[in-house]
Amino acid sequence: MKIAFTTASSTLNGELDPKFGRAPGFLIYDTDQQNTQYLNNNLNSDSAQGAGIQAAQDVIAAGVQYLVTGSCGPKATQVLKSAGVKIFNSDSVTLNECLELLNSGKLTEA
Amino acid sequence: MKLAIASGKGGTGKTTVSVALALSAESAVTYLDCDVEEPNGKLFLQPEVESSQNVSVSVPVVNRNRCTGCGDCADICQFNAIVTQGEYAMVFPELCHSCGGCVYVCPERAITEEMHPIGSLNRGQAGNVRYIEGLLNVGVSMATPVIDAVKDHASEGVTIIDSPPGTSCSMVSTVRDADFVLLVTEPTPFGLHDLKIAVKTLEELKRPFAVIINRFEETDNCVDRFCADEGIAVLLRIPDNRKVAEAYSRGESLLSALPELKDEFSQLLSAIQLALESGESA
Repeated sequence: MKIAFTTASSTLNGELDPKFGRAPGFLIYDTDQQNTQYLNNNLNSDSAQGAGIQAAQDVIAAGVQYLVTGSCGPKATQVLKSAGVKIFNSDSVTLNECLELLNSGKLTEA
Repeated sequence: MKLAIASGKGGTGKTTVSVALALSAESAVTYLDCDVEEPNGKLFLQPEVESSQNVSVSVPVVNRNRCTGCGDCADICQFNAIVTQGEYAMVFPELCHSCGGCVYVCPERAITEEMHPIGSLNRGQAGNVRYIEGLLNVGVSMATPVIDAVKDHASEGVTIIDSPPGTSCSMVSTVRDADFVLLVTEPTPFGLHDLKIAVKTLEELKRPFAVIINRFEETDNCVDRFCADEGIAVLLRIPDNRKVAEAYSRGESLLSALPELKDEFSQLLSAIQLALESGESA
């Protein structure tokens, strides 16, 4: 399965960005393939409105099942949930920490 | 003649001046209240309300039975108001600008339009003054369609347009086709700061304009100095007088506190009309 983290980093050593819609991008970790892929979110972070909605569409199109972020706005949440994406909020600093907390069931689903 | 009254900073006296101008006009005049988030001209003009109608905008409706989730609608939408979530398209009506693009491009003809009311247009008469206000519904953030509906009622004669404060979308759409704009300001640092932004905005929009200083006290003030430096005409200076605030608090116009201003306002209107007719700046 695929887990997306909001971040500016292209590795799991990087830091979690607290935003979703205007995050710099998403690091998508494929647990089956054990690899990562970075999805840039620049276009959306510059948009006048609906950044979260569009980012949600992009994350869904990338085949993500779990999203880990600081927080996600109501419209983006609506889009993500309608596609069955599970959203987890975290204030941890590094993506590795978030992954550990997620795997040990310590992150609450939004 | 469409005369818009704008400002930069809010609370400088746009409605005060708009109402005074309307009451000073020598013939029938139309008053358009385009401050649709909180139209307050009626508090002073007290028109007899004659009619009220809804202002609505068209937003898309997706027929999920026909939608294949192809995303063509999302691709064309400049406002992120419609997106695909994999299987079907979802609409966020509050973001929609009613361009109709999604309806047009849908290959399955799965999108139709429905009307959503966003505000109302209220009309009435107060003596010589034909009063039209737009009122945005609570919770709606898109003011421009209501403003446009109000502006459709501009008359052939003198139309006074009370504009929203500031210099964003609402103000721009109110003043963009005015024949002349009066910028009402106060002689304070905040007043001057925001006046400068309003001046830049009007220069971009290529609107002829002049300044009115409200709550004027000292001849040597920052706004007069700025206008002198920039060659901007100051057409009126309304004195800072407690009687004005007292009248305002009773819902009475500026003219009831300072009746001597009535002649100045009607001369101001004539001067602007003359200047526009002869093609010169005021």
